[in-house]
Amino acid sequence: MTTPFVHPYLPNSAPEVRAEMLAAVGAESVEEFYADIPAALRLTGDLDLPEPLVAEADLSRHVRGILGKNRTRLSFLGAGTYHHHVPAVVDEVIGRSEFLTAYAGEPYEDHGRFQALFEYASLLAELLEVEVVNVPTYDSLQATATALSMAVRATGRTRILVASDVRADVLSKVEDFIRPYASLEHVPTVDGIADVAAVTALLGDDVAAVWVSTPSATGAVETAMTQLAEATHAVGGLLVAQTDPIGLGVLTPPAAQGADITCGDIQSLGIHAWFGGGHAGFVGVADDPRLVMEMPHRLFGLASTSVEGEYGFGDVAWDRTAFAHREEGKEWVGTAAALWGIAAGVYLALMGPQGMVELGETLLARTAYARKVLTALPGVSEADGAVHLREFVLHLPRPAAEVVEELRAKEIEAGVVLGEHELLVCVTEMTTQADIDLLARELGAVLGTATDATTHTPVLEEVAR
Amino acid sequence: MSLPIATKPALRRFHQARWDEPIVFELDAPGERGVLPPQVEPGVRETVGDVLADLPESLRRPAPPTLPRIGQARVLRHYLRLSQENLGADLNVDVGQGTCTMKYAPKVNDQLVADPGLRDVHPLQGEESVQGALEILWRTEQALTAISGMDRVSLHSTGGSSAIWTNVAMIRAYHASRGEAEQRDEVITTIFSHPSNAAAAAVAGYKVITIHPDADGYPDLDALRAALSERTAAIMVTNPEDTGIYNPRIVDWVEAAHAVGALASYDQANANGILGITRARDAGFDVCHFNLHKTFGTPHGSGGPGAGANGVAEHMAPFLPGPMVERDGDRFRLAAGGELSIGAVSAFYGVIPTIAKAYAWIAALGAPGLRAVAETAVLNNNYLMSKILAIPGASAPYATGRRRVEQVRYSWQELYEDTGITSEEIGVRAADYGTHYWTSHHPYVVPQPFTLEPTESYSMAELDEYAAILAQVAHEARTDPEMVRTAPHNQTVHHTHHDDLDDPDRWAVTWRGYLRKYPDAPQHRRP
Repeated sequence: MTTPFVHPYLPNSAPEVRAEMLAAVGAESVEEFYADIPAALRLTGDLDLPEPLVAEADLSRHVRGILGKNRTRLSFLGAGTYHHHVPAVVDEVIGRSEFLTAYAGEPYEDHGRFQALFEYASLLAELLEVEVVNVPTYDSLQATATALSMAVRATGRTRILVASDVRADVLSKVEDFIRPYASLEHVPTVDGIADVAAVTALLGDDVAAVWVSTPSATGAVETAMTQLAEATHAVGGLLVAQTDPIGLGVLTPPAAQGADITCGDIQSLGIHAWFGGGHAGFVGVADDPRLVMEMPHRLFGLASTSVEGEYGFGDVAWDRTAFAHREEGKEWVGTAAALWGIAAGVYLALMGPQGMVELGETLLARTAYARKVLTALPGVSEADGAVHLREFVLHLPRPAAEVVEELRAKEIEAGVVLGEHELLVCVTEMTTQADIDLLARELGAVLGTATDATTHTPVLEEVAR
Repeated sequence: MSLPIATKPALRRFHQARWDEPIVFELDAPGERGVLPPQVEPGVRETVGDVLADLPESLRRPAPPTLPRIGQARVLRHYLRLSQENLGADLNVDVGQGTCTMKYAPKVNDQLVADPGLRDVHPLQGEESVQGALEILWRTEQALTAISGMDRVSLHSTGGSSAIWTNVAMIRAYHASRGEAEQRDEVITTIFSHPSNAAAAAVAGYKVITIHPDADGYPDLDALRAALSERTAAIMVTNPEDTGIYNPRIVDWVEAAHAVGALASYDQANANGILGITRARDAGFDVCHFNLHKTFGTPHGSGGPGAGANGVAEHMAPFLPGPMVERDGDRFRLAAGGELSIGAVSAFYGVIPTIAKAYAWIAALGAPGLRAVAETAVLNNNYLMSKILAIPGASAPYATGRRRVEQVRYSWQELYEDTGITSEEIGVRAADYGTHYWTSHHPYVVPQPFTLEPTESYSMAELDEYAAILAQVAHEARTDPEMVRTAPHNQTVHHTHHDDLDDPDRWAVTWRGYLRKYPDAPQHRRP
């Protein structure tokens, strides 16, 4: 220690305390504790960082100053992160210190955490119609990669058929993840959904899984899930359905149509957008040990206790995990997204069956409405005729990137550019009829106006992935 | 008559809240509801008709999901009661979860990131509208570059183990780019590195070789040299290891790996005691990672969201995930990842609320603060070690008589031999005194292990309290072992039968599964 630095976060940095503690352990200075670090590795001088903002008020001003440069806008952006309502009770619960700052407590002192996560899994299981749901993994990318690798292990096969239009970021992760032991084959979709005949023709007894995304990357809802499941099962493969549970108040869950593994993201269920940082992944299966034992995540289950009638909790089949077996585990376990799972549990408890039904209907209706009024604009057409939930693709008569830029100038985020003339438009329960009408009006104005081509933003296409 | 002013007992008379709170499904009350979503406007309905009736038969859910029906205030009470049946780090001297750096997560940071300007922005908005979010990412990358000494930092990884995966994925891509993907099929790690290093390497397709410590507990350099070959893709090591012992020959390790063409990957989950003291790059590592939810003071969220940061030397930059944030004068923009990028490791750009909290933590401390964090953490650790080793039956295997860095893996083996009481039983009993205690990661190379990491956040008096709790429980093990064996005694629940959880016929991972397997079980309906 060169100069005393006493900080509110560091109770024992006060010189007198430090001296007392050093004396208690019989050390001359903290240098003794670093005796194993060779001198050549010791940093000389200070780290190159800005001056500390020790006063809380100064820190607040600094951080708020930076965040104040962000602006929220009327937005029709989706593509993986969605703007849904987060009920106030959700934020209240996950803001509680007892949940927010807990970590790896045992079932005794963290009974509430185990119960809240068991309840999350149970509530999501009702929506998905499965019996086993994991403690959340990171996001839909990880969940999908894991689900597909589970299918590879469970079947001992290596081919995966991609039957839907899947998001580029999910695909990127899956490709990198399964690279050592499986391969992907893409089956082009027809009118936005799976080409059942083409998928069937490619099926064989070497197929581990057929991967369906519903809604797909374009928001199309798969209608032939049952046929796909039957064809896949006929050759001994598994159907892996990647989904967003938000519509399942009204839509048939994939598991009820034959999907063996359901996976996806719960960001829609009570988690803010957080600039794309509010994601959590789920994997759900039937209570079939063949699949359950392939799940790498923590599973929290009910257990009896020494008191009759009392619910206890604990880790189910701990021996599946890397925590128990290091490289013999199916995948690693680590800090992922448990708090978001608690959030989604609170969300579903608040929404109840009626809430999820009404939300599903609102999403379908607003989606249909937006499609109708936007395709009524001259030169604007739909990319496909599938059923859509929340998102759909418009074909525009002008380059989509230019249109997006021009609407940004009017504080509207019109959608995500998918192709030169393709725009992915998203509506949620937060997007009112008036919002949609405003987009139609402004989009119409932009399309009706011959403007100089504004410089388009190549980065947008990259990040849209 | 005087006011009842008395000296507080040395150990708290703690009692966990017990609400006998039903499972949320047992609160079902037909007709109740907790929140109403926006309804379809008449104008929309008029235009689109009955969207549900229009669905193809196969897509129309035959009946609503069987979620419980509960009024809003009851939902709130339910979850607040569960929160009270949970011992968060803010409520206890949370030094018992070693390897996880349970430090104080400043409240101001939670407040700062709740700003709608961060919470409600979409990752694909125009860059001019998200300059603040991009600036936070850029500033955090810069700070972690300085702290690690590495050339570039990516914040895309969504947790520590996710970052370990990112490291191994980049390593695999590096060897593939040199045409050595087939040849290099082994990864070497050490038994006291986090299990995720071994697990992630295995998931990436590598054969994993595990090095055990030498007689003094230091990573065995001779064993490493014997294991290294032209088949080695990388060494993936933690330093200090989970024992709290810093590998003094780390440069030799890295150089030995490089000598056979392998890369060196540094798990810095245990970096708290060496912030500003020594850096990954100085030891020659090619890639490293940090856990923002450990070392950088963000709350652990009951098991996430965390966030990881990957630091790389210049030659590994082409493999980084993208997009990256670049500064262009006063503006910040997104640019593609490396030209040989491993692609997306997470949705968008990482866990921004956690990243922003880590940024605020670093900003509050600066260079002198980070160094004070490290020095205080090691001081606290060595202070606590002197207290723990004074308890009869406790020991710290390896490196006897030497100092440790930020944590210690202890053993109750002697106490176990004397009393038959296990480390796990001691942990359960310790909870009765209002604190958390964890054994250690498997495998138990150290017998009857427990790992304590006091971090910088606790006062001397609090460390004394924690040591006193363990001394008390160790004393009970000798004088009243039944008391320890039958613990817990004042928690929400009693001793739990873990056998239920390993039997496929008996486990119940969801309420739905429970009702199917135990159709006769009474439900605890409460008004």
